[in-house]
Amino acid sequence: MSDTIATVNDESEQETQTAELDRVVIRLAGDSGDGMQVAGSRFTDASAAFGNDLATLPSFPAEIRAPAGTLPGVSSFQVQIADFDILTAGDQPDVLVAMNPAALKANLADLRQGGTLIVNTEAFNERNLAKAGYEKNPLEDGSLEGYRVIKVPMESLTKEAVKDSGVKGRDVLRSKNFFALGLLAWLFHRPQEPTLEWVEQKFAARPEVVKANISAFKAGYNFGITTEATKVTYLVKPAHLPPGTYTNVTGNTALAWGLIAAAHAAKLPLFYGSYPITPASDILHELARRKNFGVRTFQAEDEIAAIGATIGAAFGGALAVTGTSGPGLALKSEGISLAVMTELPLVIVDVQRGGPSTGLPTKPEQTDLLFALYGRHGESPLPVLAAASPSDAFDVAIEAARIALKYMTPVILLSDNLIANGSEPWRLPAVDELPDISVPFATEPNGPEGHFLPYLRDVHTFARPWAVPGTPGLEHRLGGLEKEAITGNVSYDPANHQLMTDSRAWKIANIASDIPPVEVEGDEDASLLVVGWGSTLGSIRAAARRARNRGHKVATVHLRYLNPFPENLEDVLRSFDMILVPELNTGQLRRLLRAEYLIDSEGLNKVAGVPFKVAEVEDKILEMLKR
Amino acid sequence: MTTSAYTRADFQTDQEVRWCPGCGDYTILASVQNFMANMGLPKEKIVFVSGIGCSSRFPYYMNTYGMHTIHGRAPAIATGLAASRPDLSVWVVTGDGDALSIGGNHLIHALRRNIDIKILLFNNQIYGLTKGQYSPTSELGKRTKSSPMGAIDWPFNPVALALGAEATFVARTLDMDRPLTQEILERAYQHQGAAFIEIYQNCNVFNDKAFIELTGKEERVHNRIDLRHGEPIVFGPNQEKAVIFRDGRAQVVDRASADPSEILVHDETRPDPTIAFALAQLSHGPHGPTPIGIFRDAPRDTYERLMASQIAEAQQRLGAGDLEALLRSGGTWEVT
Ligand SMILES: Cc1ncc(C[n+]2csc(CCOP(=O)(O)OP(=O)(O)O)c2C)c(N)n1
Ligand code: SF4
Ligand SMILES: [Mg+2]
Repeated sequence: MSDTIATVNDESEQETQTAELDRVVIRLAGDSGDGMQVAGSRFTDASAAFGNDLATLPSFPAEIRAPAGTLPGVSSFQVQIADFDILTAGDQPDVLVAMNPAALKANLADLRQGGTLIVNTEAFNERNLAKAGYEKNPLEDGSLEGYRVIKVPMESLTKEAVKDSGVKGRDVLRSKNFFALGLLAWLFHRPQEPTLEWVEQKFAARPEVVKANISAFKAGYNFGITTEATKVTYLVKPAHLPPGTYTNVTGNTALAWGLIAAAHAAKLPLFYGSYPITPASDILHELARRKNFGVRTFQAEDEIAAIGATIGAAFGGALAVTGTSGPGLALKSEGISLAVMTELPLVIVDVQRGGPSTGLPTKPEQTDLLFALYGRHGESPLPVLAAASPSDAFDVAIEAARIALKYMTPVILLSDNLIANGSEPWRLPAVDELPDISVPFATEPNGPEGHFLPYLRDVHTFARPWAVPGTPGLEHRLGGLEKEAITGNVSYDPANHQLMTDSRAWKIANIASDIPPVEVEGDEDASLLVVGWGSTLGSIRAAARRARNRGHKVATVHLRYLNPFPENLEDVLRSFDMILVPELNTGQLRRLLRAEYLIDSEGLNKVAGVPFKVAEVEDKILEMLKR
Repeated sequence: MTTSAYTRADFQTDQEVRWCPGCGDYTILASVQNFMANMGLPKEKIVFVSGIGCSSRFPYYMNTYGMHTIHGRAPAIATGLAASRPDLSVWVVTGDGDALSIGGNHLIHALRRNIDIKILLFNNQIYGLTKGQYSPTSELGKRTKSSPMGAIDWPFNPVALALGAEATFVARTLDMDRPLTQEILERAYQHQGAAFIEIYQNCNVFNDKAFIELTGKEERVHNRIDLRHGEPIVFGPNQEKAVIFRDGRAQVVDRASADPSEILVHDETRPDPTIAFALAQLSHGPHGPTPIGIFRDAPRDTYERLMASQIAEAQQRLGAGDLEALLRSGGTWEVT
């Protein structure tokens, strides 16, 4: 299947035509108050219901209420829909909806030449033009000639549409996102029911809002039918996805559900301690809504307390999880080392964002990898896993919990902003086929004369027993001071410290024998291997596919386990002539691979707060293959 | 007190106690072990969580569950444990540096949440473990290795701080006064919710005799104001001093000169912490007339009970969690 969009037909006929496309990228952009995220999500859900494969990329300002009409206040939502399995939200929009001049200015450069531009003409007044920094009105100065512009007086049409709904004053224009959505629904043959049903449910308590949004949506749809501005509509047929029941899920939601599923699979109560931080807060929000699963969410006073409470809950026998982003991970560092020393099972989620410091809180980066591996004092090894896509976060959450419980260790799970807020269709797993990840608590003394030995390790996993308070006869003291092997008593003995340091390291290294080998995707006989981790999965796989479509051989490997690495990774790496490691950082995985295996690779690195374009990775692949 | 099959020895561990000879921590350990033995709670239900400092070595010497954690974080760790395991009796042992400097934030938040943990702050007005720097409770002008010209930090009054955080149980005792300490431990145990107990503890190596005005044979009769619920607050060798509340503050006056109706009658249960706070402000450290005893015991709903009731309510309203339904809650479609 071709991976490039079919050219938009020249539009000369008078009758409405339907052009078939294999994929299309749509971006809705407006002021943060314009409801673009809502409109984008509704379009996405309608497309999912229609059966397309899709991927989304929301982008919003870090400021909650950036000044209206300005460039920093622009919020956008991009979705790619396709009739085949796509991997990213697309490099370039084919269609841009611009609700005001700032939205146009901030996004126009990304729109494909010849692409379709839907503008809300009434927002292009002098004031808004000035706020966006336009000296002349771009709708009139000929600068949009390279695009197919559909001009819509969206505000008066929305006002007219909602006039009988009962909404008043400023609320009237709030429905204009639904007008835009209605127009898109017509333009792309989207089913209307999912949107209408959603509106009715969402605003059930406010019938006038239901009425207004539905009227605006229908008005937008009808505008499409009657407008002279375009006579071409587009159809992206359903994709041939593997059979099953699908839902559209964001990474943060999938991760939260994965934690609930992990607790279920571990037969333990879930404890989630967290301090709000973008982009991890939605995990806390989702779990806080799920108290009927027995989930205990604890909004701590800071990240130090969050990891602390989590350690306390782990000692008490819960599946204990804390979630944060980079700045919060920094604060948790000392606590994580305590969990390493006390050998308690924890999952620490880091939804990475642009750094350092407050950095780019709403933008994706992969810059915490080395921090996750090494950002602690002392020798504090722990397993590090990364989710590769929104739905993958569900599986990785369960896997992180499995490793934490089985090996009695804190585990860091890396996600990022792209995964957290992006969404994709997800074929639901069979709940009754979830792995059993439960581990028994210690209930009996394991030493001579009824003594309990908290650091007597399991011979296979090297894990120490988990004896929870409340168990008679197993009273023991944990702590951050070095522990004597076996007894767990405080020990300053040099040989013991060496032994314990080695034991902790060996325990983590040994996990390599309990994780799946890496699988090579693509051409095993290729000369080039592209190695990635995390949210770059989509761009890397799509780029490799494009290169293959051009007749090249390319293989890819995507790492879920960053520490320890899978056992076969070295052999796999050695079987290729060239290795490319694209990362949204300055080369952190590449450095790890070189340190671990003395294998060199080339990096494709970008730290711009935006994901790779497929074309960027493809160009690099082609360039390397030319050598 | 309840009858119990335990003796103090049941709570002792085989670990060598490593405090300096003569340290007040020994006396407190004995009081706590005695109290635990008398209390009769199964020892597997008891957990001691501590931070870092001399005082924080405490859990190693208690034959219960325990965790010696990291500097300042014990209240946070205890909070997670207590919130997830309301069946346990969770005790925090901390020092003045641990609780009030590095861990100040966790302390006030644990207190305001009223999580059911009992916090024993061993206040020796010095950093013991790091060998004698001034602490957040050291008096102004205190000369230490890190303050050779005298400390310029205004000290915290831990009881006032706890009351300011609206702690529901606040008390002060002395390491030497074992009966009072045990009585207060018992009351803290019975109190539902967070309990804060400041224990004046002598560090005979780095800050000896810091509490002499309250413990010395000569001095104590003049300075100890023993708070007794329901009784007028009077003290002195012949009970000749009285505490009144006038001009918005508590004041010490000659009892003879005071109108008897003006003398404060101690009431631990006042919902408003204002009077308790005024009492705490009578002294800004163990100098001059200083109240000892229970300042406040005014219950309010506990964090873990509220948490459990929300879970129960959610389960009643939505039914016990159904994973299958959860995964479908965002709407689904079938691909055949
Ligand atoms: C993060 C961190 N910072 C500093 C220290 C060093 N430190 C250990 S105990 C302590 C002060 C202890 O004073 P206090 O809490 O009053 O306890 P005491 O020893 O007096 O009982 C300090 C500064 C540490 N262990 N960890
Ligand atoms: S230094 Fe002071 S507080 Fe620490 S053990 Fe010695 S006497 Fe006690
Ligand atoms: Mg101290």
